[in-house]
Amino acid sequence: MSDMPLLEMRGISKSFPGVRALNDVNIALYPGKVTALIGENGAGKSTLVKILTGIYACDEGEIYVDGGPVSFSNAQDAIDAGVTAIHQETVLFDELSVAENIFLGHAPKSRLGLVNWRAVNARALALLHSLESNIDPRLRLKDLSIAQRHLVAIARALSVDARIVIMDEPTAALSRKEVNDLFQIVKRLKTQGKAILFISHKFDEVYEIADHYAVFRDGKAVGSGELANVEQNDIVKLMVGRSVEHAFPKLDIALGKTVFAVENYTHPTEFRDISFELRQGEIFGIYGLVGAGRSEVCQSFFGITQPSSGKLKLDGQEITIRSPGEAINAGIVYVPEERGRHGAVLQLPIYQNISLPSLTRTSRSGFLNAANEFALARKYAERFDLRAAALSVPVGTLSGGNQQKVVIGKWLATQPKILILDEPTKGIDIGSKAAVHAFISELAGEGLSIIMVSSELPEIIGMSDRVLVMREGLSAGIYKRENLNAETLVRAATGNASK
Amino acid sequence: MVKQIFRYREILLVIIIAILLAIFSTRAPGFATPGNLANIFNDTSILIILALGQMTVILTKSIDLSVAANVAFTGMAVGMINANYPDLPLALIVLVALAIGAMLGAINGLFVWKLNIPSIVVTLGTLTIYRGMAFVLSGGAWVNAHQMTEPFLQTPRHLLLGLPVLGWIAVIIVGLMYLVMSRTFLGRAIYASGGNPTAAIYAGIDVGRTRFFAFVISGTLAGLCGYLWVSRYAVAYVDIAAGFELDSVAACVIGGISTLGGIGSVAGAVLGALFLGVIKNALPVINISPFSQMAISGAVIIAAVIFNARQERRRGRIILRDRGASEQIEVTA
Repeated sequence: MSDMPLLEMRGISKSFPGVRALNDVNIALYPGKVTALIGENGAGKSTLVKILTGIYACDEGEIYVDGGPVSFSNAQDAIDAGVTAIHQETVLFDELSVAENIFLGHAPKSRLGLVNWRAVNARALALLHSLESNIDPRLRLKDLSIAQRHLVAIARALSVDARIVIMDEPTAALSRKEVNDLFQIVKRLKTQGKAILFISHKFDEVYEIADHYAVFRDGKAVGSGELANVEQNDIVKLMVGRSVEHAFPKLDIALGKTVFAVENYTHPTEFRDISFELRQGEIFGIYGLVGAGRSEVCQSFFGITQPSSGKLKLDGQEITIRSPGEAINAGIVYVPEERGRHGAVLQLPIYQNISLPSLTRTSRSGFLNAANEFALARKYAERFDLRAAALSVPVGTLSGGNQQKVVIGKWLATQPKILILDEPTKGIDIGSKAAVHAFISELAGEGLSIIMVSSELPEIIGMSDRVLVMREGLSAGIYKRENLNAETLVRAATGNASK
Repeated sequence: MVKQIFRYREILLVIIIAILLAIFSTRAPGFATPGNLANIFNDTSILIILALGQMTVILTKSIDLSVAANVAFTGMAVGMINANYPDLPLALIVLVALAIGAMLGAINGLFVWKLNIPSIVVTLGTLTIYRGMAFVLSGGAWVNAHQMTEPFLQTPRHLLLGLPVLGWIAVIIVGLMYLVMSRTFLGRAIYASGGNPTAAIYAGIDVGRTRFFAFVISGTLAGLCGYLWVSRYAVAYVDIAAGFELDSVAACVIGGISTLGGIGSVAGAVLGALFLGVIKNALPVINISPFSQMAISGAVIIAAVIFNARQERRRGRIILRDRGASEQIEVTA
């Protein structure tokens, strides 16, 4: 009986411009079983979820439910087929009541076609009771805890008679006790015969709740089977894959004196007790899973958020940074991960974008000097081989690649001492990646100190002098270049205790 | 060529205004004479100044609905000062007008900056409050022409090279605002804060503070207009300039200033105001009733909004493509 999969995906492929997100992937979900989907960032897990929920159409491959082929051309098709997803950040409506959230879009109607509120509340209550919860369905969602919200999301999933439940990192924001509560619900769903796809980075949780596993790497399914038959170490090996080659143009740079020191840096909610030193010419990598607090640490160096305690020292002097303007003046710049959204002001001309972060320093009088601005822009446009009709055209008219050059150029134009790069090659095709890596190396050679946040193991291992691994806001160790290897870093980042 | 013209809203507006003037002068000979044109400009001066203040605020992704109420309060205040202390020099009175206006603008700005309240809510509130303050100050009484002094009333009317001083003041403000917007850090910060607030913060710009200063500029210019208005119409009462905030917004919209912030120019705001000025002056000349005038003005505003939206969509294409790309990147990463 349970050998017949409830849902099966065969030969699924999906490409985006420049990236093959999924490549001939097979996966099967069985009734009453939890299948854990494991893989690094970028392995293709989210793409799979989006195909399963009808948000993306796959380029190739078939989906079978109960042995029959189905096609999901939109989200409703997937819901009708009984597939529902509970996302990392639950998509619910704060100002609506619990019952409204559960039945939004498919509320029981009265004979006149109006919403039958009594039925809505009664059915919501019954659903919540079946999950052994006593949340009042009339409460506003905003008054609930995060765990209770998850419960509402699950109730919503069940309200459409979902048989296949996808949980995309459901424990990311939960405390240990809330995780236990969630697992009770998952077990109840299992006994009701639902097939569950459980996506998590945390091995202990995977082993606690899952029956089957499927490991993805670089868009391929590299291993699957029953979890009972496999060692954690083997899964880590599957995740990481072949030994990571050091094909990176990292120059051997003699490290200078310590320029930047972080002591016990702590944020009220995002990270705690982060300490490290950064030397001139050093590339210091920060590795960790999404949500480990890497970007948050870097943003606090840049004054976007404020730490609650800890010290920063620049050239031996203790400094406090209260705003990005102060950071730029101190010689610390941060190139954000979302360069499209955080990087450029698309309506402004190229030269004004390049000069923008430098202005707090160069135009203390309050007046601008267009000639200087153009000179600065020309210098960096040449350095990056920027292709544009003129420096006075709006950045919005440029191609994506050239926009990126403007964004990098504008930060270097401030002549920083410390350059923080958040996922510097995210969304860049392979060829350009090498160019970016060579350039980072070149900058370090010029005496810049670089902090590089990256989720890509080859990049972090190939480029870094040392690597700080973060896990759940804490430091999970600092590793020297000679000790860097993929398995060590993944173990540290996932909290896999076995050595 | 045609595309170039459509790309530059300012050129398009100049052409439309020229065509309007040509049409009107065939119906009413003498309409396009230099003297009458100077008159129209003079008539539109106050709107031009207010539109420039409104523009700085709109560029930062905000709106200032309190400008007309600011005009009313400041106008009432300086009118009463002039009536009660006729010996005070005009320069001091103008300074007081600027100071009161700046203060009222700063109040708006502080709410928006420090309490993070949407500007439309803040200025909708202060719109009523400032006009109410004008009533409290005057007790509902009028300050009439005979209570005002000669220099207070006559200085803006003084002709200089064929244009009254009022018109020259507008010219000077236009020049000053051009300098502020194109040659100062504040001007650049205003464009960046409206164009992409997050990127502006990352570039070290204090977006809240920039908005505050935009409101102070808008308030200061409204304060100046308070004096100019009372002097021009030789009367101060609670309801002066009622509804004029909408004209200032309309001038900006017609002038191509994006209500989403970050896009627009001084020339655009001035031409938008002039366009409204020409229409208002021309329609009575060719015997169109005031009610049709309002309908025509409204239709023009809607047409301009549609035109702006289309322009922005064209401009936005790349942004959207980029957003699509970054979403895919998020998925694959």
